[in-house]
Amino acid sequence: MPKDELKSEYKLVGTRPDRPDGLDKVTGRARYGADFSMPGMLFAAVVRSPHAHAKILKIDASKALALEGVKAVVTRADFPDGLTGEDWNLQENTIANDTALYDGHAVAAVAATSALLARDAAKLIEVEYQVLPHVTDVDEAFAPGAPAVRPGSADHSVSSREVDLPDNVRHNVVREIEFGHGDVEAGFAEADLVREGTYKTEATHQGYIEPHACVGQMGADGRGEMWVCTQGQWFIRKFCAAVLGIEASGLRVTASEIGGGFGGKTTIFMEPLALALSRKAGGRPVKLVMTRSEVLRATGPTASASMDVKIGMKKDGTLTAARAVFRMQGGAFPGSPVDLALTCAFASYKLPNVEHIGYDILANRPKCAAYRAPGAPMGAFAVESLIDEMARELGLDPLDVRLKNAVAEGDKSSYGPTYNRIGLVEVLEATKAHPNLSVPLGPNQGRGVATGFWFNHGGETSVSVSVTEDGTATVSIGTPDIGGLRASIALMVAETFGIGYDDVRVNVVETGALGFNEPSHGSRATFASGKAAVTSAQSCIKQMCQRAADKWGIDAEAVEWVDGAAQPAGPNAGKFPPMTMKEIAETMGATGGPISGHNETTMDGVGASFGTHVVDVEVDPETGRTTILRYLVVQDAGKAVHPSYVEGQYQGGAVQGIGWALNEEYVYGKDGRLQNPIFLDYRVPVASDLPMIDTVIVEVPNPGHPYGVRGVGETGITPPLPAVANAIADAVGVRMKHLPMNPPKVLAAIKAKANG
Amino acid sequence: MTKVHVTTTVNGEEVEFLADPRETLLDCLRDKLDMTGAKEGCGTGDCGACSVTVDGTLVCSCLVLGVEAQGKKVETVEGIADGEELHPLQRKFIEHAALQCGICTPGFLVAAKNLLEKNPDPTETEIRYWLAGNLCRCTGYDKIIRAVQDAAAEMRGAA
Repeated sequence: MPKDELKSEYKLVGTRPDRPDGLDKVTGRARYGADFSMPGMLFAAVVRSPHAHAKILKIDASKALALEGVKAVVTRADFPDGLTGEDWNLQENTIANDTALYDGHAVAAVAATSALLARDAAKLIEVEYQVLPHVTDVDEAFAPGAPAVRPGSADHSVSSREVDLPDNVRHNVVREIEFGHGDVEAGFAEADLVREGTYKTEATHQGYIEPHACVGQMGADGRGEMWVCTQGQWFIRKFCAAVLGIEASGLRVTASEIGGGFGGKTTIFMEPLALALSRKAGGRPVKLVMTRSEVLRATGPTASASMDVKIGMKKDGTLTAARAVFRMQGGAFPGSPVDLALTCAFASYKLPNVEHIGYDILANRPKCAAYRAPGAPMGAFAVESLIDEMARELGLDPLDVRLKNAVAEGDKSSYGPTYNRIGLVEVLEATKAHPNLSVPLGPNQGRGVATGFWFNHGGETSVSVSVTEDGTATVSIGTPDIGGLRASIALMVAETFGIGYDDVRVNVVETGALGFNEPSHGSRATFASGKAAVTSAQSCIKQMCQRAADKWGIDAEAVEWVDGAAQPAGPNAGKFPPMTMKEIAETMGATGGPISGHNETTMDGVGASFGTHVVDVEVDPETGRTTILRYLVVQDAGKAVHPSYVEGQYQGGAVQGIGWALNEEYVYGKDGRLQNPIFLDYRVPVASDLPMIDTVIVEVPNPGHPYGVRGVGETGITPPLPAVANAIADAVGVRMKHLPMNPPKVLAAIKAKANG
Repeated sequence: MTKVHVTTTVNGEEVEFLADPRETLLDCLRDKLDMTGAKEGCGTGDCGACSVTVDGTLVCSCLVLGVEAQGKKVETVEGIADGEELHPLQRKFIEHAALQCGICTPGFLVAAKNLLEKNPDPTETEIRYWLAGNLCRCTGYDKIIRAVQDAAAEMRGAA
């Protein structure tokens, strides 16, 4: 196994071995959500509202039920009443009660003996609607007098700004947020330049290539099983149990291989429907696979945002004050990531005076789900665009402005806490040193930079490591492997034991096999499951040292673990040949029984990750089309356990961000229906849109992890939105403030500029 | 609806199944032949996750009806390796970390193999345009393109 070019004091951590699940995934053997089947299985289809907002007057399933082979139909009447809070939100989003809240909202579901029959039956379920006024745009939903998405749900109680928001008018504001520090007005007064702008981003979808899919089975006793593509099997269990009114322990959930998630598979959408249908069909398993248009109409997406930012800057680039007022709609339910957007907005900068105000707004759209650094890319688009504009106005280098204000260890963050060891300065310096920055630019070409931040997350974690009879190690983790996790965990566990990478088998296990685990979200899987696996391995090592000590008749404290074997610690401990993990394992049944270690905790020690992107674009002044010429991602990984998969996270995040910047958006018609619910019209970046994506892995180790890991998944989607906007401004002198920056919009801006 | 008896060859083996005339080749491969390597990402021919070849032509199997496979030769991801011996593309995809979640990988492998059979020495641009019908949401395509380039180079060297 070749040592990586990155300097490392480790034998395995930092190398690039083949992933253990690679063979299954290049031969078509790996089983994803829709690949699982069971004997006696039925197939389900869902009836969805064609209206953005409508009263459901009547559901008549008699014609569907009369079809030979149709076994069950469920509506909201098959679900328990009385849920509150987020449990109610999840249930309401799973299946509408008396009102459809968005185009695509599930109204009924049917199970039949074939997928075709289920689809035919769904068409025979007659639903009578009374169409209600709707609103889909975030600013229109915020405006006084907007149609109330959920009458009576407005909440202005936490704000001191009621004067601005008479709650009988702004019906759709369900949460208000205010925080900050210092004196913002005094800070603006100190500045040489104060600028403000309003920015808007449209909703985008996570766009995982695998549609949601599950097989659910549940009997009349409320006990059942589910096989599902998910980022978190324990969340599926918890949320399904809540929606169905059953005990969580009654449900056993196995995660399939997962075909992408990006946050969108951390919650439930249709999974309780499969279980409810199964129960109603006498316990026969029910398979439910979404179509792409169902995925786009009724899962994900992220919020759309309307944002005001005001910043004060001195002539030398020093920031004196900043204010952000963000409005975000997250669909017909509370929970847009406006809070996270605000906390990330200025996180890269030392700011003595900062104010954040946020509004969480309802609209007739699907319930938003997490999408890679939820909220952060929108906030970055607004803030990093304005900082770039001000730096240009003052004739300052945009990277120098970021370096001048960059936060470092000991600085108070814009959102409150004081940073521990972070790597923003190192990232900015590595960016400045990169050769991409000295490539000359031609006509209509421009270069844009932007910085991004994500907290990263620890979360509830349970891991078990057992010493296998043959002297290898078996690791049980509860975080699904979305992009090389098994390889990273195996590297860390093998390094800890001092055994080979191939001598560690990592299994993603079902909910019955471990305590609770949060999903693979928050960039936490390598960090948290890895840290818990190392702790578990260390527990195994301690037990193996005890076995050796018992055999040698010495104290366990006199035994140390070196290179995969127990050995006497120094000459005073006695003279014994090292006892390998294999020797200890082969006899463990006779020396005290199986050896395993486990770790259950809400993981602490998380380390934030900063990144800076530099993009070169060329804008065609005749069509407004933007071509990405060159792209550079520089990000602090803490420690790259498997550098190839770290680079992959950087590259993938950047390209999702490029799509958000240039192409992707939810387009709603005047009727409130989604106009682009297929990949032809919801166009994600394809291979021919892009150049290679250059990466630099900066390693400022996280002191809170045994190998220095920070978590790398999310930061990378944050800088591309403003970086591309800044590059377009550099190329053709137009400042785009409303995403996506598609050819018609850029062309219109170029024409408007030419016309003065 | 009356089902149609279809006899076809998949990865060199003769198979038969009964297809509803509305069922796609993808449905038939997955649900009737238990060959779940080809994936449905969109059902509209936009994502390429269901890529197979029919008589050597690269197609989205979600846009071909199962009954159209009668008498044809279908090749899928399951047929790319030669027994235990992986195809160079399969090895290079693993070595280059050209897959993260892996759901698009079967389609990319089928499409890339078809490209290299027609053009053993494609430029980066040719690879990018040939694979533009295969969506990957995880990798940003960089490592996929490099894996195809590396496999092509190895195959040319071996030829």
